[in-house]
Amino acid sequence: MRFSIYRYNPDADAKPYMKDYDIALEPTDRMLLDALVRIKSEDDTFSFRRSCREGVCGSDAMSINGKNGLACITKLVDLKGTVVIRPLPGLPVIRDLIVDMSQFFKQYHSVKPYVVNNDPPPEKERLQSPEDREELNGLYECILCACCSTACPSFWWNPDKFVGPAGLLQAYRFIADTRDHATNERLDNLEDPYRLFRCHSIMNCVDVCPKGLHPTRAISKIKDLLVKRMV
Amino acid sequence: MAMARRQFDAVVVGAGGSGMRAALQLAEARLKVAVLSKVFPTRSHTVAAQGGVAASLGNVTEDNWHWHMYDTVKGSDYLGDQDAIEFMCRKASEVVYELEHFGMPFDRLDNGKIYQRPFGGHMQEYGRNPVPRACAAADRTGHAMLHTLYQRNLRAGTQFFVEWMALDLIRDQDGDVLGVVALEMETGEVMILQAKTTLLATGGAGRIFAASTNAFINTGDGLGMVARAGLPLQDMEFYQFHPTGVHGAGVLITEGVRGEGGFLLNKNGERFMERYAPTAKDLASRDVVSRAMATEIKEGRGCGKYADHILLKLDHLGAEVIEKRLPGIREIAIKFSNVDPVREPIPVVPTAHYMMGGIPANYHGQVVTPDGVGGEKVVRGLYAAGECACVSVHGANRLGCNSLLDLLVFGKSAGERMVAEVRADDGAFKDLPPDAGEASLARLARLDGASSGEKVSAVGADMRRAMQLHCGVFRFPDSLAEGVRQMLVIAERAKHTFIGDKSKIFNTARIEALELDNLAEVALATMISAEARKESRGAHDRSDYPNRDDANWMKHSLWYKDGNRLDYKAVTLKPLTVAAFEPKARVY
Ligand SMILES: Cc1cc2nc3c(=O)[nH]c(=O)nc-3n(C[C@H](O)[C@H](O)[C@H](O)COP(=O)(O)OP(=O)(O)OC[C@H]3O[C@@H](n4cnc5c(N)ncnc54)[C@H](O)[C@@H]3O)c2cc1C
Ligand code: SF4
Ligand code: SF4
Ligand code: FES
Repeated sequence: MRFSIYRYNPDADAKPYMKDYDIALEPTDRMLLDALVRIKSEDDTFSFRRSCREGVCGSDAMSINGKNGLACITKLVDLKGTVVIRPLPGLPVIRDLIVDMSQFFKQYHSVKPYVVNNDPPPEKERLQSPEDREELNGLYECILCACCSTACPSFWWNPDKFVGPAGLLQAYRFIADTRDHATNERLDNLEDPYRLFRCHSIMNCVDVCPKGLHPTRAISKIKDLLVKRMV
Repeated sequence: MAMARRQFDAVVVGAGGSGMRAALQLAEARLKVAVLSKVFPTRSHTVAAQGGVAASLGNVTEDNWHWHMYDTVKGSDYLGDQDAIEFMCRKASEVVYELEHFGMPFDRLDNGKIYQRPFGGHMQEYGRNPVPRACAAADRTGHAMLHTLYQRNLRAGTQFFVEWMALDLIRDQDGDVLGVVALEMETGEVMILQAKTTLLATGGAGRIFAASTNAFINTGDGLGMVARAGLPLQDMEFYQFHPTGVHGAGVLITEGVRGEGGFLLNKNGERFMERYAPTAKDLASRDVVSRAMATEIKEGRGCGKYADHILLKLDHLGAEVIEKRLPGIREIAIKFSNVDPVREPIPVVPTAHYMMGGIPANYHGQVVTPDGVGGEKVVRGLYAAGECACVSVHGANRLGCNSLLDLLVFGKSAGERMVAEVRADDGAFKDLPPDAGEASLARLARLDGASSGEKVSAVGADMRRAMQLHCGVFRFPDSLAEGVRQMLVIAERAKHTFIGDKSKIFNTARIEALELDNLAEVALATMISAEARKESRGAHDRSDYPNRDDANWMKHSLWYKDGNRLDYKAVTLKPLTVAAFEPKARVY
């Protein structure tokens, strides 16, 4: 199988280039990550991140034939022709497929992703009805892989000002939590021409999320809340 | 070359559940703390835990910590230390409620309380019948917990060193630990992180086996660091094989599937666990279920073309329960075994999963070592928590959901003890030994200088094969002896690897070579301890000694790197406040 892979080592290369690898796969190689590991065992200078190999840690997001996804849950049989692998778009490349995610995490941190509740905690658990808990489904499962934000044109243009789909999804995860008391502050934090309103509902984010999450829905719920708050 | 140096009250190596629970304690006490991790914190392998965290909340049916304690002692096949087990089971409710207060998105019961499901080996009234004790967030409990702990650490302002790999401990002539040497992966810089207290929370080492449920990064680094520093590793022969890894892929299918009512079938469609464990059936302890499955396969009752696996049936639970309680499992089955469990059973095999052994520690997280006169002493400045530690609450076999609990309880207690130690001292840092860091630099220099040698991937593959073949669910005397012979050679080969990549920038080849050093220590310790233990207990099952032998072997193994020496120490049979549970035959 043939792979065309983006290579760049600032230590050695004047500029990035694409390198072709033809490799013989074993029957046990089922996912793209298995193939990348095999390539690395031939050429150990090829660098990428990986850990869980089951789609829960968010390490191995990359651009696969032009679409962001996780190598570890992308089946080789579903890939046609020469497979073109590039780093996630829009973020500075450190080396090969390894990108600098600082900006992405900074936006995540900026939404204060933790429950704010200043009531003294009860002796046991805070109660929450199953229906209220269900509101968190489709939100808390995010693995911070950055597939979505790096597929979002608004994030490419304004990574420092627009929170991006991943961060906004998490902003809503805490707004939606009945145990959180900071909805107003959270809305204040987003009421800004850039932070929230740069989203133009292009839906690229929904299209690529490997966990099947729906940032756009969360974003429009935040927008609704802002509108409601005004009237 | 003078290395850069920074000073901290506490250095935590590892940002999994245990490291982050400890870090929270330290950061909230306003200590100067650095948390190192090879990966961004939420990528640590705690993220993959599925089924739940054990605590006798009694939200569904009556439960109490005495029953939980009994189950844990019994599950450990009486190798667990009963003081530590009492400590953990008594603290369970407190740490789980705390986690809920931190924002953990637990599933809920109709009355708004935390949802609990049954899990293997967790029983009511001292072994009577299964009890819902596993507190769960669907089948993503570890993910929910790890993110919650990271989020809480953000709030506390914890300082993370992301993509930093600790290489070695710094230990002075008195035997005190004064910090670590670490490598910044992005730049290749090596630095000394000097610390009044150092916590190892580096997780498991499943990558010593060919088929495991563990992540690539689970390479036993903390254990390698400890072994190289001259300290022992405890009970390394006890490696848990989880009954239900996806056949051919290794990815885990949680025991929670059986907790929700799923069960195992052989090729005749027989629910065979009824024969092996009449009371607990599919919810017996993991060692028992894994052996039963391996026996079925060995005796020709395995499923599939090669009769080499077992089927896990759950379609009878209905699409709704599966979608609500086991959505991640469905995703994994569809992706990794091409079956939709709503309709078809999942092909599974016992798969290397959890290291019961580790760095010897007491229930305050302090690392301990024999004092030479029959007792133990604390290694000043060094702590260990989580899967890399052996406290020992899991003994010869861990109960499901007791690990996430272990992370919370001992992460917290280690953090508390570290705060106390830092506050009690006079504020001065001890002088570093003159050769601090040199051993690490020598290892790096060897890799940089080597112009030929074996590939890291080749040596690693041979190690994983040897471990899989000679140190599996069933162990045989000749095979163990052969395994020891092979591992001694492989460990030697690991010292002569070669990497083509000499770059400083994010050199993952170098990281993998350094990880192999640690894997080799862990594999060697495991194989040698297993060969030496002449009995069957918990996860360690030998054909030539099929029974537990309390008279000769109710003791912890201690392996030392130096000369591959073995030593033993007594099991603590006395709990803190209650009466001891006397050893008896284990029936489920
Ligand atoms: C698939 C799976 C499912 C499981 N399900 C359950 C369950 O339902 N319930 C349960 O109780 N248990 C479960 N377990 C067991 C449990 O999840 C683990 O034992 C536990 O999460 C380990 O946590 P930890 O904090 O010790 O280590 P980890 O979460 O593995 O974290 C280790 C940390 O150490 C860092 N690290 C390692 N080496 C270095 C180094 N050299 N330098 C710097 N940093 C380093 C890593 O980057 C990482 O941050 C499961 C295990 C697996 C594999
Ligand atoms: S819907 Fe909004 S957040 Fe998603 S890709 Fe489009 S602009 Fe970006
Ligand atoms: S929303 Fe989906 S794509 Fe975006 S970071 Fe989370 S898991 Fe990844
Ligand atoms: S390796 Fe963890 S998501 Fe792919």
